[in-house]
Amino acid sequence: MIHEGVDNSKRQFLTTALTVVGAVGTGYLAVPFLSQMQPSAKAMAAGAPVEVDISKIEPGQLIRVAWRGKPVWVLSRTPEVINVLENETAKLADPNSHDSNQPEDSNNPLRSIKPEIFVAVGLCTHLGCSPTFRPEIAPNDLGPDWKGGFFCPCHGSGFDLAGRVYRSVPAPTNLDVPPYRYITDTLIIVGEESTEASA
Amino acid sequence: MKNKLTECTDWMLERFPMSKLWNEHMADYYAPKNFNFWYFFGSLALLMLVNQFVTGILLTMNYKPDAKLAFDSVEYIMRDVNWGWLVRYMHSTGASAFFIIIYLHMFRGMMYGSYKKPRELIWIFGMLLFVCLMAEAFMGYLLPWGQMSYWGAQVIISLFSAIPVIGDELSLWIRGDYVISDATLNRFFAFHVIAVPLALLILVFLHIVALHEVGSNNPDGIEIKESKDPWGKPVDGIPFHPYYTVKDIVGVAVFLFFFATVIFYMPEMGGYFLENANFIPADPLLTPEHIEPSWYFTPFYAILRAVPDKFAGVIAMGGSIVVLFLLPWLDRCPVKSIRYRGGIYKKALALFVLSFLVLGYLGTQPATPSLTIVARIFTVIYFAFFLLMPIYTRWEKTKPVPKRVTHEPDAEEQYEALVEAFDEMTIDKPLKTSWGATAFPVSPNKEGIKHVLAGLLKKLKGSLE
Repeated sequence: MIHEGVDNSKRQFLTTALTVVGAVGTGYLAVPFLSQMQPSAKAMAAGAPVEVDISKIEPGQLIRVAWRGKPVWVLSRTPEVINVLENETAKLADPNSHDSNQPEDSNNPLRSIKPEIFVAVGLCTHLGCSPTFRPEIAPNDLGPDWKGGFFCPCHGSGFDLAGRVYRSVPAPTNLDVPPYRYITDTLIIVGEESTEASA
Repeated sequence: MKNKLTECTDWMLERFPMSKLWNEHMADYYAPKNFNFWYFFGSLALLMLVNQFVTGILLTMNYKPDAKLAFDSVEYIMRDVNWGWLVRYMHSTGASAFFIIIYLHMFRGMMYGSYKKPRELIWIFGMLLFVCLMAEAFMGYLLPWGQMSYWGAQVIISLFSAIPVIGDELSLWIRGDYVISDATLNRFFAFHVIAVPLALLILVFLHIVALHEVGSNNPDGIEIKESKDPWGKPVDGIPFHPYYTVKDIVGVAVFLFFFATVIFYMPEMGGYFLENANFIPADPLLTPEHIEPSWYFTPFYAILRAVPDKFAGVIAMGGSIVVLFLLPWLDRCPVKSIRYRGGIYKKALALFVLSFLVLGYLGTQPATPSLTIVARIFTVIYFAFFLLMPIYTRWEKTKPVPKRVTHEPDAEEQYEALVEAFDEMTIDKPLKTSWGATAFPVSPNKEGIKHVLAGLLKKLKGSLE
């Protein structure tokens, strides 16, 4: 190799300059590459609100509707259930829903606009399984303390019929309540904030 | 006159170092002469990689990565494509077989200290391979778009959302949608058939290059390079080709008997290799009553469930794999092979294997309160094996390690002892048959069996000291 007449400072300059320019270029290229894995415009537009007719729902019945691809539950609660929910709060992790997600008008102990109709996203806040609806009191597999609620078969989290999580289960927060509002007494729309509540 | 073939070969050799590569890695690569049963699993893992590549390429020819078409296209492969069922069962059984082989391969490394100096990097590349293999298996499991595919992916991707601050954004970015959807399926297909297989190939290359640089470990855990003959060859080594190529092919043949039996007679393996819930198309509104991951993830899944806090559970599960990476530095005992290590390591390793198996079983069961307590106990044992290792391996009372590899009695030499034990355990009672002859039917001898078993137990106890 010929070392004579080599201008090392020029080589050093070129190497440094190209490294810097290359790093900046890679950084810029990373933006479209990473961002193309984000939800597409189509996926973001797909979250249209859904209307749910609750006129035919029986007391104690749960119906499931799909909103943004997620299961949304609409549960009709009987006065007995409401009584249990109001009094049995000792074992709950977050009975006042301080750390949980719900719209302003559902930020009350029963987590709903009207106490008898409960609306929630049916996905466990732990790892996203859909809990099973277990309204019966003290069934064999869940033990004598079970007052009716939702039980996640994946990892054993339990919620009461207001979607409030019990203590020492893996789920960190209460079930999410989606934004919804009443159009009439028997028709609700999931995915739209109530305008009256904020007024 | 040179014939055409030699001319061709010469033309090639002048341009590509074929014979040099062959000699360096096969004909002139010396491996210890005392490899035993456990040393089949490296080459079997390579065989499984080839199996997954070939059957996978065939499957992509008929599979459609579209949430509307995926489930039906798999059924189409199973029913209408010529031999499609065979190719798919080879692929799905191959995935499970791959993990069985890899777990045994890793256990071999733990028994004979193959992760220790100078082989730390081989272990690290191997662990990276294991992580890639898990990613590959997980993404592949989403593709049939059955109930278990869907909800399994839902749970695993939600694991990322437990990370503070960036968690929700990260899981959204992985899914490409607010829920598992067509976008997720399509990108998992891309990762499963292109990205991860490429990473696997590169890592296998690095794993083998690193192995051939330092040479194989062996059941005695000694370095064969330390005793060489006047020609510079290890006295306890034999050329990989033809000695181990032939031996490994016999291993392949035996393995294929079992592999074919599973493919043809029990491809679903009672719901362990292909889970029952996965024969129902994915339903985003309904989680199956009982969801469980594929059997090869269940030990880690049981650890996740054992912790009653979302973030801590994810950390514990990730940690259970991270500690494996650290193994070369956690183990402070200078002796490699379990043959010359102290009883405390043997007991610890046995406990670790037990905890791995029990957690694996618990991961397939519903999370009842009593089983959760059992899972917690064995999670503690699992971590204690690794985290207490720097302490208990330092005090180990090791046995003297030989300078040269030892000779293990082979089947032929063990034959006499086996016959002796058989004679002791049985008794030949003379029996008058109805037609007047005397027969000597073999019947078990209780005292003899007791004696042989006691002897075996004593031997086992002795080896654990």
